[in-house]
Amino acid sequence: MNERQPNISNRSLTARLLVFAAGMFAFGFLVLPPLYDVFCDITGFGGRTNTTALAAVEAPDLTRTIRIEFVTTVNEYAPWTFAADVDSMEVHPGKMYFATFSATNLSANHLVGQAVPSVAPVSANEHFKKIECFCFTSQQFAANEERTLPLQFIVDPELPDYVDTITLSYTLFDTAPVAASSAH
Amino acid sequence: MTTAVADAHDSHDDHGPAKGLGRWLFTTNHKDIGTLYLVFSLIMFFVGGAMALVIRSELMHPGLQFVHPEFFNQMTTMHALVMVFGAVMPAFVGLANWMIPMMIGAPDMALPRMNNWSFWILPVAFGILISTLFMPGGAPASGWTMYPPLVLQTGDAFPFLIFSVHLMGLSSIMGAINIIVTILNMRAPDMWLLKMPMFVWTWLITAYLLIAVMPVLAGAVTMLLTDQFFGTSFFLAAGGGDPVMFQHIFWFFGHPEVYIMILPAFGVVSEIIPTFSRKPLFGHDSMVYAASCIAFLSFIVWAHHMFTVGMPLSGQLFFMFSTMLIAVPTGVKIFNWVATMWRGAMTFETPMLFSLAFVFLFTIGGFSGLMLAVAPADIQYHDTYFVVAHFHYVLVPGSIFAIMAAAYYWLPKWTGYMYNETAGKLHFWLSTIFVNLTFFPMHFLGLAGMPRRIPDYSTQFADFNTMASVGAIGFGLSQLVFVYVLLTSKKGVTATARVWEAPKGLEWTVPSPAPYHTFDTPPIARVKQEAFE
Repeated sequence: MNERQPNISNRSLTARLLVFAAGMFAFGFLVLPPLYDVFCDITGFGGRTNTTALAAVEAPDLTRTIRIEFVTTVNEYAPWTFAADVDSMEVHPGKMYFATFSATNLSANHLVGQAVPSVAPVSANEHFKKIECFCFTSQQFAANEERTLPLQFIVDPELPDYVDTITLSYTLFDTAPVAASSAH
Repeated sequence: MTTAVADAHDSHDDHGPAKGLGRWLFTTNHKDIGTLYLVFSLIMFFVGGAMALVIRSELMHPGLQFVHPEFFNQMTTMHALVMVFGAVMPAFVGLANWMIPMMIGAPDMALPRMNNWSFWILPVAFGILISTLFMPGGAPASGWTMYPPLVLQTGDAFPFLIFSVHLMGLSSIMGAINIIVTILNMRAPDMWLLKMPMFVWTWLITAYLLIAVMPVLAGAVTMLLTDQFFGTSFFLAAGGGDPVMFQHIFWFFGHPEVYIMILPAFGVVSEIIPTFSRKPLFGHDSMVYAASCIAFLSFIVWAHHMFTVGMPLSGQLFFMFSTMLIAVPTGVKIFNWVATMWRGAMTFETPMLFSLAFVFLFTIGGFSGLMLAVAPADIQYHDTYFVVAHFHYVLVPGSIFAIMAAAYYWLPKWTGYMYNETAGKLHFWLSTIFVNLTFFPMHFLGLAGMPRRIPDYSTQFADFNTMASVGAIGFGLSQLVFVYVLLTSKKGVTATARVWEAPKGLEWTVPSPAPYHTFDTPPIARVKQEAFE
């Protein structure tokens, strides 16, 4: 036993370790993003909102009142004003409600906007159902155009008891930079 | 690979190093490459330290004194990148290169040519990173965590930042693979895995962490690059992405990364404390299991860095408790070091002083980490100076002190002469006093609500900030004593092969200075003599 006698050769061990490192890169770059997406869809993590509609509303729960608060943000100094027409609403679970938001294009250019929603707390995510929302599609704005943006929603009666306030937040993005870099 | 030389003694005829600059450029010798790593890391330590002094000078008094806020942010970002990837990690890789082959009785690293590459990529990576200071838009200023969307606002420096991070990752991965292959394949016969010295063990675990998470960081920064230049929307909400996902991926890398910077430090003090306590390491095997536990847990605790992103209660509880669990194996290690010293015949040479300060001060950093793990409290501490105090306590009197201890401990083996003990002790005492003066007041600042990464602050924070700044300048200047020790390191008494009174390990069986080539034949008899039990 005078010689060092490893079970596998240096070359083979190095190759295995390189494959492992490459696999971890693939895990980070290719697997984690879709995995995160699925995880968020299932759990409502990251403010993800529910997009499956609640079809029939049979018996609104009038004994329970939930406060819905609206928060609006314009991303990165984009040339818009954007606000909810009412700051908050008192709603009953199971009943359909309408809300409106107003946005004005302050620039002399045609703009394309995309509103991205987020709901807090996390436990309310899957119970806040949007029937119709301006966030479902991108919004075209002519120069200096002012628009009213509609939202139609139901709060699912399954909402956990301890939730009495839901905050719905929208951030309005100017999608021109994203579109421009996709065109490269 | 090995020749049939009967005697394992090292004084047989070998060719020495090549002459001139070519020796360093083309070397495949583990000792040369170790030296290159250590010198590089010392230079980066001073570069990063100079940046820290810009930060502390600006924060000496309230108001804006010396630098623009934009430049201040560039300094905090660059300080962190340089210290993490340029100073601490290469220093440990340098120690690994120098010591691991000598500790396991191997003639060199398993992949010597790749070893040369993994070092020489580093100066290129940091050349690129530091050159960003002179680019339009300045250096990256988003913090070393590179969170989007902020990091996407970096100027011309952005692709250079990404590319330099790629190169650092490549260097680390190559270095780690080399270390794993060396440890698994090159041990002397009869050196079973559980007989290996703790420094070798902690580096084996660290190397696995490196190849597991550095590619994930590379993936994350590649996504930033494609978001910026190739029209993807991984982290852009407007295109359906999520900036919070970056934080998850980054910290999936980032938390193992902090153990990459501390596990080899655990290994170093596990070598030094037994030598100067004149007792074997207490609970060698439990140290191995504890380090493995810490490495495993590091993969499931990442979100404690981001409690404030808005996480479900169940998520907060999971990450809070799993984080607290890490205190158990870490406690095992601290206990074992204390038990090693218990009733030992202790002496207090410079390496021992640095190791003792490590045990005490790292524990303070560990406790503030435990406080930060408490999810409801963390929402108060998040992004304040309390966090800055915490991670500097584990990194400066933690990792850096362990590196200093290692340098003093093995310096006579490297140079063949005893260093200047008086200067070493002066270096230790100045460093210890000033490091506490710098970072301890930051706990109070953080608890009082001073945010990090801001160049100005409210006047009630003035006194503690002045203390911290004085401490930082003192700490920076004290490191010049270390440079003095290095410059005069060949003027002392000739060192014996053993150097210290009764150190354990194969590295002490070769002459001092260690010959250019050691253990060309495996030291079978020596492994038995060294009594690793």
